[in-house]
Amino acid sequence: MRATRTPARPRTPGDRRRLAVLAAPLLLAVPLTACSAAGSDGQTTGPRSGGRLTFALSSDPTCVDPHQAATNDAMYVTRGIVDSLTDQDPRTGRIVPWLATSWEIAANASRFTFRLRTDATFSDGAPVDAKAVKANFDAVHDLGARSILGSGFLQGYRGTEVVDAHTVEVAFDGPNAQFLQATSTPTLGLLSPASLRRAAEERCAGPLAGSGPFTLAGYTPDTSVELNRRDDYAWGSPLWKSPDAARLEAITFRVVPESGVRSGSLTSGQVDAIAGVAPQDETLLKGQKVSVVGRANPGVPVALSANTASPVAKDPAVRRALQAAVDRDEVVDTVLSSSYRPATSSLAETTDAYRDNSPLLAHDPARARTLLDEAGWRPGADGIRVKDGRPLRLKVILGTNFGPNQSALELIQQQVRKAGIQLDLSVLSIADYQKARGAGDYDLAWGNGTRTDPDILRTAFSSKLLNLSRISDPALQRELDAQAAATDPARRAAHVATAQRRILEQGYQIPVFEMTTVFALSKKVHDITFDASSRLQFHDTWLS
Amino acid sequence: MKRRLPRTLAQALFVLWAAYTVSFAVLYLLPGDPVTIMAAGGGDASSVSPEQIAELRARYGLDRPVPEQYATALWNAVRGDLGTSVHGGQPVTRLIADALPATLQLAGATLLLALPLGGAVALLGTYTRRRWLRQLLLSLPAAGVSAPTFWVGLLLVQLVSFRWGLLPAFGNDGWSSLVLPSVTLALPAAGLVAQVFAKSLRTALAEPYIDTARAKGAGRARVHLRHAARNALAPPLTVAGVLTGGVLAGSVVVETVFARTGVGRLTATAVTTQDIPVVQGLVVLGACVYVTTHLVVDLLHPLLDPRIAATERPAVTT
Repeated sequence: MRATRTPARPRTPGDRRRLAVLAAPLLLAVPLTACSAAGSDGQTTGPRSGGRLTFALSSDPTCVDPHQAATNDAMYVTRGIVDSLTDQDPRTGRIVPWLATSWEIAANASRFTFRLRTDATFSDGAPVDAKAVKANFDAVHDLGARSILGSGFLQGYRGTEVVDAHTVEVAFDGPNAQFLQATSTPTLGLLSPASLRRAAEERCAGPLAGSGPFTLAGYTPDTSVELNRRDDYAWGSPLWKSPDAARLEAITFRVVPESGVRSGSLTSGQVDAIAGVAPQDETLLKGQKVSVVGRANPGVPVALSANTASPVAKDPAVRRALQAAVDRDEVVDTVLSSSYRPATSSLAETTDAYRDNSPLLAHDPARARTLLDEAGWRPGADGIRVKDGRPLRLKVILGTNFGPNQSALELIQQQVRKAGIQLDLSVLSIADYQKARGAGDYDLAWGNGTRTDPDILRTAFSSKLLNLSRISDPALQRELDAQAAATDPARRAAHVATAQRRILEQGYQIPVFEMTTVFALSKKVHDITFDASSRLQFHDTWLS
Repeated sequence: MKRRLPRTLAQALFVLWAAYTVSFAVLYLLPGDPVTIMAAGGGDASSVSPEQIAELRARYGLDRPVPEQYATALWNAVRGDLGTSVHGGQPVTRLIADALPATLQLAGATLLLALPLGGAVALLGTYTRRRWLRQLLLSLPAAGVSAPTFWVGLLLVQLVSFRWGLLPAFGNDGWSSLVLPSVTLALPAAGLVAQVFAKSLRTALAEPYIDTARAKGAGRARVHLRHAARNALAPPLTVAGVLTGGVLAGSVVVETVFARTGVGRLTATAVTTQDIPVVQGLVVLGACVYVTTHLVVDLLHPLLDPRIAATERPAVTT
């Protein structure tokens, strides 16, 4: 059985260190030491309290309710407003206490008991207690599809029981191991019961009260979000430099959609930091007096997902040949920037239980040709291979959500052409893309997904969920189900490792590069940190 | 005029209804709906089930037959209720009311810059006897009209804001933030006004009554400004009506480049997310603006040209 071929070893801190050495220096930047105590004049000054940080976002948050927020830009805002039951160490992936001081997981990861700290309050004065936790999980569940992320986190949610004033028990219909990591996200962050009583649509525009280090002072759609420091805050995550009030007095998030204007505003000092730095702007910014920092998004890297029900892509030899024919390094070097890294597995390096599978993803044109020859795909007159009269042409669907998508695929198109594979690119709107994926009207779909928990593999490849890739593979399914039910992190990581390998070997997915969050900040901004999801955390941030 | 008013109003209502209906049809011919786009937000990590999507679709009435949706939406619109945004949940009328003042400021500033600038270029270009100056001035409008707004905006912001640090690059705060966007929009607008005005000035100057004026001893400046200019004003006035609409369209680009709030930004966002009620509301607003400006232009024409009032022609052909 294939499952035994992979060493069942979880990711250890030792692995992490080795990876970090291999990785570009950008991966060491958690927290961003690049901009720590040294000021722009080289003089070392200590952290300072006070000041207002102006941060330019690339898109309007649209909704500032943490439960409904779905974009990174929205989550930079909501992270400061709410605290979570747990936090996740971006370096080790370990889940640590935050509002919950301890927890137990029982019955195949279908029941979770959390004990809460007793001193935390919401900014409207209400206590953070068991009833509030129940109200929050119930509210996220009630949101349904309005909470795109939450509906996945709470799959099979049965209910929350208030055991005592500071103990809750959350129960699911079946195993749901990813829920523990989900409790560390702002999506399952806690809002005050009074805020939750308002209608879902109203919550989007604020006001909202959370228990976080910042309070929402105002949201003007398409313009800005204002956060103010909460001075009596004292229950911060142990991963922060201090559990007390934040250093910044206030944060202004400005919405600046045009990337050139964002970059110029930073270099001309009109804003202190910017999100969404496009690959083509990075070189320009590095020449100026600003720091450019990036971290790979955890989850599924940017990849071609095969439609295993399509007449050509159902042949595993074709999928494996693609795996070998794509030159990932060339894509990163040519189309992206030094902040990006080629994919090395079916999960990005920053995902929990990630395993390096780069040997499986080596660029090997000769292997690609051999695989296709053996499977009976013979070179045709125009160089495109043919089998049983059917040419080796694959329809690739892609969206325009990420600027370099098309240039990356045009390069891949040339690369695989050398092996005799023809890719036909079809650039679609979000709606058309969804429709084509749902209907199976494609051979390969270009996309990625962000999630720190490896359960994202189940979301993407389980035949019991949406199964957009139309996979039927009992061996893979067994691993995906087993990891969802494993309470022991080591055992869970072993299942995830096998699944990662299986997905690559079967060519269900041809990963290309790791989507990366890149932002730039002026030299006077210090200690903006990436959380485990590669989103930004401002509690420790200070201005010199 | 009194006889014409009811007919003009009826025409206006028809235009409003047609704009509403056509945009409704177009939005429903597009693949997908706001809920699909919303659910796609999670990328491959999305695990929103089809049942949850169906539930949300039902909440917004997107599951009902299209004719029924149309009838409900139209009936509500007639009563002044344009519905609520699918994404943010705010009433569409409030979204538009919040966005409108900023765009009105932008449009006002643009017209204030464009009309005098375009007028001056046309007057000077047709008045001067220096060949080189004449050719220079009369070729400027073409450049102004053909330069892409997006490019002009980025160029201006690069120089004035980033390099020289004179004005803010983005935002809605105060007059300083209004300068760059309104200049960006005013350049093509001024170009259009200058082109049309220069052409009609040349036509007017070639008319026999100009020779009469000269023969009576009027000076060049007097002939140019008093006799020719007044008669040449009708075409640029009509163009100014069109310009108001053009400024509204240009605000989509300019408000995005300069990160200003306003109707243009609202349009851009609503179209990307296929937020049908908001787009519908904006179409109604756009139609209202066009209808009103054309009505105003229509009413102004007889004041400028008594011949129109005398013959009661329905509209001026330009």
